[in-house]
Formats: sequence, structure tokens, C-alpha cells
Amino acid sequence: MIISVASGKGGTGKTTIATSLAAVLGSRSQLVDCDVEEPNCHILMKPVLRTSEVVSIPVPVVDMDKCTLCGKCGEVCGFSAIIVIGDQVLTFPELCHGCGGCSLLCPEKAIHEGSRELGVLETGLAGPVEFVQGVLRVGEAMSPPLIRAVKAKINPEKIAILDAPPGASCPVINTVSGSDFIIMVTEPTPFGLHDLGIAVEAVTQLGIPIGVVLNRADIGDTQVQSFCRQKGIPILARIPHDRKIAEGYARGDLLVTSAPKHISLFVKMIQNIQSRIGNQDKAVGIGAL
Amino acid sequence: MKELVLISGKGGTGKTSLTAAFAYLAQNKVLADCDVDAPDLHILAHPEIIQKEDFRGGIKACIDPEKCLQCGACLDACRFGAISDEFRVNPFACEGCTVCFHVCPESAIVMEEKVSGRWFISETRFGPMVHASLFPGEENSGKLVALVRNQAKVLARQRQSELIIVDGAPGIGCPVISSVTGADHVMIVTEPTLSGLHDMDRALQLVQGFRIRASVVVNKWDINPDVTEQIEGLSAKRDARVLGRIPYDPQVIKALVQRRCVVENGPSSAGNSIRTIWKRLEADLSAE
Repeated sequence: MIISVASGKGGTGKTTIATSLAAVLGSRSQLVDCDVEEPNCHILMKPVLRTSEVVSIPVPVVDMDKCTLCGKCGEVCGFSAIIVIGDQVLTFPELCHGCGGCSLLCPEKAIHEGSRELGVLETGLAGPVEFVQGVLRVGEAMSPPLIRAVKAKINPEKIAILDAPPGASCPVINTVSGSDFIIMVTEPTPFGLHDLGIAVEAVTQLGIPIGVVLNRADIGDTQVQSFCRQKGIPILARIPHDRKIAEGYARGDLLVTSAPKHISLFVKMIQNIQSRIGNQDKAVGIGAL
Repeated sequence: MKELVLISGKGGTGKTSLTAAFAYLAQNKVLADCDVDAPDLHILAHPEIIQKEDFRGGIKACIDPEKCLQCGACLDACRFGAISDEFRVNPFACEGCTVCFHVCPESAIVMEEKVSGRWFISETRFGPMVHASLFPGEENSGKLVALVRNQAKVLARQRQSELIIVDGAPGIGCPVISSVTGADHVMIVTEPTLSGLHDMDRALQLVQGFRIRASVVVNKWDINPDVTEQIEGLSAKRDARVLGRIPYDPQVIKALVQRRCVVENGPSSAGNSIRTIWKRLEADLSAE
């Protein structure tokens, strides 16, 4: 089972919810940090990392001895990453999406593939919880291929909790597609409401069931609740604003550590999700915290 | 003309609230909302749209089932898993690379241009603003960000504005890189949490990699004074100017719910700090 935690607006508590869910599930869970631009789960989960591999995408390398300067590569490239100018072939590896079109279609077979580093993929254990994260190289613009590499580590034997990046564009879609359920974390403010609306619209196209967690539920106004009622989106949990939780998060403590009274709220959340997706084959228990 | 960009690394640290406050305090400026994924500046700026345009962000493959012989050439060539076994294109997976279009022996594939968002020029209570919205789930946000920034420059020249204030996106990927390249000054708004520290560090590395002047503001600094000091220490070590601290103040949310910014609502601890920060920033911008 795969549960994604997304939000639209940043800073609403995705990582807070994802990490506490994983901690409550214990050895049944795998925490997968797909927010590769700014991965933060490790700060709260403090995993022992065991493997680290570089993730790259292929980029063109031209053999000028074979190249006849025909210009086919520049013609077929959809991203202006390779072009013939005068007696030279210029490549712009940072623009390349790694589609392989130029090397495949070069009539002289003069192009082979080198690589551009996107970032690293790390795995380990956080107590009983399996842990996976991607870390995008600073300066790299393209996160989706790294997110796909991170997702390839999903363990089908576990309840995989995916921490998604904020927003509602391609990195979010790459993260949440293939999930059984999406938890949308939001806050009851005009910003939270607006961005929730965009995120809901984005994931509705994927046909995956969703539910909302209202974080800092007692600040702001009641419009998010009206929105959820109107759209028929279940509110899975309401977490009140609590300076203790904020201070705990600041230090790198899990929500269920700074406010243990909320453990039951996470257990109920998982049971609620399982009943909604009709997946009862894994009974939920509370793991070691 | 100067271009000031606000980013954060971590989301939800107060970029948009601070952008709106600066917009209220600054004279003769143009605003640009470059968080095209989840734009929020309009919620505080109350724009009246005067120009609305389509954004054509890219192309997607489309297979004509009448011509397709299901030979599998496209399926073998596509590296994005965008073509199903039934020879249909998944538009969310297609990156528009055109490889399938080129390898199809039956010419059964066409590349279709897609409208993937809109952009706007508006008048707001703070002054003119360029903003955009990428349709939910779309890609090429970097391209739309570049377009918004260019339009803001055109507008600033027409209106003889001295300053463009850009509200950026969270993260450090495609839209953020597109927001900061070539800017005059990037302000990183962060919060005193270990996540905030970790993320501002990566954002600062990105900005300094482009050799752009960077400054740092710690929002809600009193949530954790120790981490605030760590952030300021790291900034100083990296030669980024620390422009100030903003205390946690419930007045900020109160103003937000009224769709106003905190500096408009009379004296408040957060509002006073923001005014001080703006004065320093304004002096820095004119000295740079």
C-alpha cells in the first residue's frame, strides 16, 4: 500500500504528518522522502543510512571523427540541448532530458551517452522504519527523474509513506501517481485554502482517493472545512495549534514525541484510510516509537 | 532598475506575506508572482486583471489509432514510460521529447501544442503586477517563471519603476532556478527550525553559485532562538547579509484572514520588525 502526503502550499506540515505516521506504523512502514529539492524527513527520523548511490541521466557526447555535421541531432532535440553551428556540435547538458533521441537518430552513430549527475539516492533504517530519500544536487533543475529513482525503492511488503514536494506541478504528480491514497495537509488560512484547491484539482485527474488533514486547525478561518464539505473530501484529522509541537519540530522532534496524546489520532487516520481504499489485509498495530 | 527576489528553500516560512508587506512599503515598484505552481500573492494584492494570455508550455505526443499498426517502435524508444501497451500516451508522463514522433514508421504520431497555463497583467492596490497560474499538474514551470519575469521588466520600463519585487517558489529546483538567475538581490526567508536551517543552506548555496547578492531574514525567530543564531552564524560565514528577525506574532495570521498584510494593520511586533528590515533592504538595494 502506498500513501502519499502532499499539500499544495509549503510549510503546512507534510513532513510532520508523514514522519509521525511512519513512526506509529513502526516496522510495517517504509518512509520515502520524495521532496528531493528539500528533503527534511531525515531531520526528524534520524535514520542510519546504509547505501548511497549517484543518480544520473544520460546526456549526449559527440564523436567528431564520425560526425558529418548533418544537423539531424539539433533537429530532433525537443529541448535545444544539442545544435550544430558551423563546424561544431554544441551540447547543453543542463537542458537535456535524457530522452536519447539524438543518439538513436544520428545517421552516423556518432553520438554516445555520457551522464549528468542529478543527485543521490540513499537508503537506511530509522529504528524499525525502512528509510529512503533522494537529495537533488544543488543547481540541478530537473527533479522528476530522481523522484522516479527514489520511488523505484518502494517496498511492496510495507505501507510506503511518500513525503511529496509542495506545489501542484510535475514533481508532485511524479510523486503521487501510483499511490493508493493521498493525504492533503493544509492549514485553515486563505493561502492554505487556495493552494489546497489547486492540489486537489491536480490529483483529481489521477483518480486517487484523497483526504485532508487540517493542521493548526484552530488558527485562521473555517473556509477549508466548507471547501471539503462541498467537494465531499473527508477530513481525516484536525491537529490544533500547539507551540509545544512547533518547538519540538524546530528541534527535530516528531509530533508524536512532543505530543504523545496524538498517537491515537494517527492510528485512527490509518484505519480510516484503509477502510476507504478497502484494503484490510494488513491490520494496523502500533510500532515501537 | 533593480530586481529583488524572495525565496525560502522550505515552504511556508512567510515569503508571500513578506513580499506583500514590502509591496505595501515600497514606492514605485512592479510585482511579479513567480510561484506559478501555487501563486498566493493575488490573495493579498486584490488584482484587477487588465490583460490575460495563454501560456503554451510545451508539446505532447498523440497517437492516431487509425494509422497506428502497434509495431512497438515508440514503446521501445520512449524512456519516460509515457506510452501504454494499448498505444495511448499518458500526458502526465510525456515530456514532449519527440522521439516517438521521429521513430514511428507510419507517421501515426503528432506532437500537439498544449496551453498549460495563463499569465496576467493586473493593477493592484500595491501597483502593477504580473502573475500566472500553471494548470494543475503541468510541467515547464521554469519557462512560465521566465516569461513572468520578462513581462515584469517590460512593465517596469513602461511605468518607469525602479524596483521589481518577485515572490518565488519553495524548493531549489526548476522554478526557483528560473526565478533567481540574473536577479540583483535574493532574500532568503527562513524559520528557526532544523528543517528551515537545512533548506536555507541549500537555497543559499544555489544563489551564491550564481554569484548573486543574498540576504537572510529569520521569521518567527523566537520559536527557537538557538537555531536562529545558527542560521545567522551560517549566513555570516557565507557572506550573506542578515537583515533581521521577525517575531512570532498572531497578528500576521489575523491580517492574512482579512486578506491584508500585517504592516497595514497598525503597530504590531511583526509589523515593526518588517518595517526595520525593509529600511535596511532599501538602503542596501540603492547602495548595491
